[in-house]
Amino acid sequence: MQEEMTGAEMVVRALKDQGVEHVFGYPGGAVLPIYDALFHQEELRHILVRHEQGAAHAAEGYARSTGKVGCLLVTSGPGATNVVTGLTDALLDSVPLVCITGQVPTHLIGSDAFQECDTVGITRHCTKHNYLVKSIVDLPRVLHEAFHVARTGRPGPVVVDVPKDVQFARGLYARPRDNQHKTYRPRLKGDLGKIKAALALMAQARRPVFYTGGGIINSGRHAATLLRELVHLTGFPITSTLMGLGAFPASDKQWLGMLGMHGSYEANLAMHDCDVMICVGARFDDRITGRLDAFSPNSRKIHIDIDPSSINKNVKVEIGILGDCGYVLEDMVRLWRETAARADRSALAGWWRTIEGWRAKKCFSYRNSSEVIKPQYAVQRLYAAVKDRDHYITTEVGQHQMWAAQFFHFQEPNRWMTSGGLGTMGYGLPAAIGVQLAHPKALVIDIAGEASVLMNMQEMSTAIQHRAPVKVFILNNEYMGMVRQWQELLHGGRYAESYTAALPDFVKLAQAYGAHGMRCSDPAKLDAAIAEMISTPGPVILDCVVSKEENCFPMIPSGKAHNEMLLGETAEDIGNVIDEKGKALV
Amino acid sequence: MPDTSTSHYPAAPKVEPTARHTLAVTVDNEPGVLARISGMFSGRGYNIESLTVSETEHAAHVSRITIVTSGTTHVIEQIKSQLERLVPVHGVRDLTTEGEAIERELALVKVAGKGEHRVEALRLAAAFGARTLDATLTSFVFELTGATDEIDRFIAMMTVVGLVEVSRTGIAAMSRGPEGM
Ligand SMILES: Cc1ncc(C[n+]2csc(CCOP(=O)(O)OP(=O)(O)O)c2C)c(N)n1
Ligand SMILES: [Mg+2]
Repeated sequence: MQEEMTGAEMVVRALKDQGVEHVFGYPGGAVLPIYDALFHQEELRHILVRHEQGAAHAAEGYARSTGKVGCLLVTSGPGATNVVTGLTDALLDSVPLVCITGQVPTHLIGSDAFQECDTVGITRHCTKHNYLVKSIVDLPRVLHEAFHVARTGRPGPVVVDVPKDVQFARGLYARPRDNQHKTYRPRLKGDLGKIKAALALMAQARRPVFYTGGGIINSGRHAATLLRELVHLTGFPITSTLMGLGAFPASDKQWLGMLGMHGSYEANLAMHDCDVMICVGARFDDRITGRLDAFSPNSRKIHIDIDPSSINKNVKVEIGILGDCGYVLEDMVRLWRETAARADRSALAGWWRTIEGWRAKKCFSYRNSSEVIKPQYAVQRLYAAVKDRDHYITTEVGQHQMWAAQFFHFQEPNRWMTSGGLGTMGYGLPAAIGVQLAHPKALVIDIAGEASVLMNMQEMSTAIQHRAPVKVFILNNEYMGMVRQWQELLHGGRYAESYTAALPDFVKLAQAYGAHGMRCSDPAKLDAAIAEMISTPGPVILDCVVSKEENCFPMIPSGKAHNEMLLGETAEDIGNVIDEKGKALV
Repeated sequence: MPDTSTSHYPAAPKVEPTARHTLAVTVDNEPGVLARISGMFSGRGYNIESLTVSETEHAAHVSRITIVTSGTTHVIEQIKSQLERLVPVHGVRDLTTEGEAIERELALVKVAGKGEHRVEALRLAAAFGARTLDATLTSFVFELTGATDEIDRFIAMMTVVGLVEVSRTGIAAMSRGPEGM
């Protein structure tokens, strides 16, 4: 059944029909008709942010903690350019977003009109797909298609640019139908022949390892359940990327911890020495592989991914299975059971003994202090305080992010929101607000750095307005710690511009926004401070003053292989370990 | 030369052989589709040696883009999957790996000159089978259709006798045999 309405009403209606309950946005001239349509209804809740970048990250947090599409609405020109960072972030971390942008009326497009910018041109490279809708006739189809493209296949951000005259125009609205798209048809089921070949390879493995990533989380809860089943059936060790944390429970015996540049010793050495690698929903990113030509030199590799361009992109694999992790894992579990496949038990036992040897290194150990709060200790105490509650964690970007990944342990998917691919400082606070709106009763904490959190601090005001009781746990080392660490290791300790000399008083800053502000610098009082932060009903900023020059270890220095990883106690020599070539890398 | 093996990025291409490939890409003919394709090439650092585009099925809004690019087997595979990832792309075929494809290009070549050069230009045009589209007392415009290297040779010859201007269409290509895309 078709109904007549304006373009602006179609936007609001399509969002509702697509199951959107919250839209993050900021008004302006080119979206006023859509805001007017929002005014006349109650089901769709608009969350007014303080900067459009905040809307994008909030929508990301919302999407990643629910598995639904995050939605945002911004005006033309500066509204659209302000979301570019958030869209790029979502593209690199495969987060489904639909971003509606207003545009100047069609007859003014190309005339450098007030607040005109080439939104589809600017966002072409930072979206999965984008549309400029020049006619009301196309609007309903494009809106529904945008959601379809955003959520299916490898998820990603989609922009729909709607000129103001199209918002005013009247036309016929049609509800979404699941017609096949003309060209876009992601493949879900994996090739059975290849799956069988993969299982045969796994059954012969003597030193196997599962290397998993965000693809499992994107595939849905079901995929995480199947992964757990397969890992338990096989008895293989498992590690994951930063993006995949929580897909497999960190408390499980078979869990090796995160891998990569700041990953665990045992995970990285297992990757290096394995003979069969089963990569599920990860993409052999440079933070993971380290020096590429020394990456897991003796393994036969299986790669399961929904994006064909990820297979054989950085690392050549023997068996590439194109499909959705959930579907492929389902076949794998079933066939492994049916064939009563057995891994080589005695070889596996030997492999586990080797791994236990690596584990015994206790690579995350650090020297604690009774005078000053160590950042690692702060994350450990935070974890101890919240682990039995319904909690979600977001982070900013830097050392604190890595310490959060190392010392906070995730048992379930969709509980950990961090900017992995783009490494966007300023992600954590708005993302936390998005998460909190999706889960009003849960405890949502942004583990933050003092530098990063200032990048979108204005969103505290959003948290207050929309009663999102997020907790901002700042590991305040007064430095852009990760930058300082690299300067220490690679640039002779010359800390160019990485010290923030005029930090605000975060307690007063919290109060200025109408939130609760706290400071803690005494390790003995940390637990009490954390308890107060958690039990305070509204938004809280806890300024946790930590040791200033702590480094994040272990670390695989640039240009080095997994088995050349540095542990904390060898830190002093690190400057000599990285050669000229390595210094040129990021 | 420093040891390149310390880089953790794909090592600077290890003298792997590169080859020219002709890709036929069918796309939905929507605004901006060409920008998506050419932008993907520039954004990811691939090069385009030739690109032609035209609507082939008007009613279905389908266009065909013929792209000539070069790279190692691995790079060509990446280019194909990156193309296939674009939402309006129907399909990509590598005409080079599917057996010798037919490739043709059309060139318009303007030559100016007098006396002996004029006569030579006409002789060469006849030898290459070019058509004369325009003639004045001091110039010619020739049309030549052929394989790329044939056109290259024709232009090289004309340079000697007084080449003024060249306009080439880029390559149109098709696989041999009964099968379609
Ligand atoms: C938008 C943005 N600009 C710059 C960087 C580079 N960068 C990475 S980490 C970092 C320092 C972060 O400092 P802080 O938030 O205090 O975290 P810490 O490392 O001290 O824990 C910087 C500047 C970035 N990732 N994002
Ligand atoms: Mg800091």
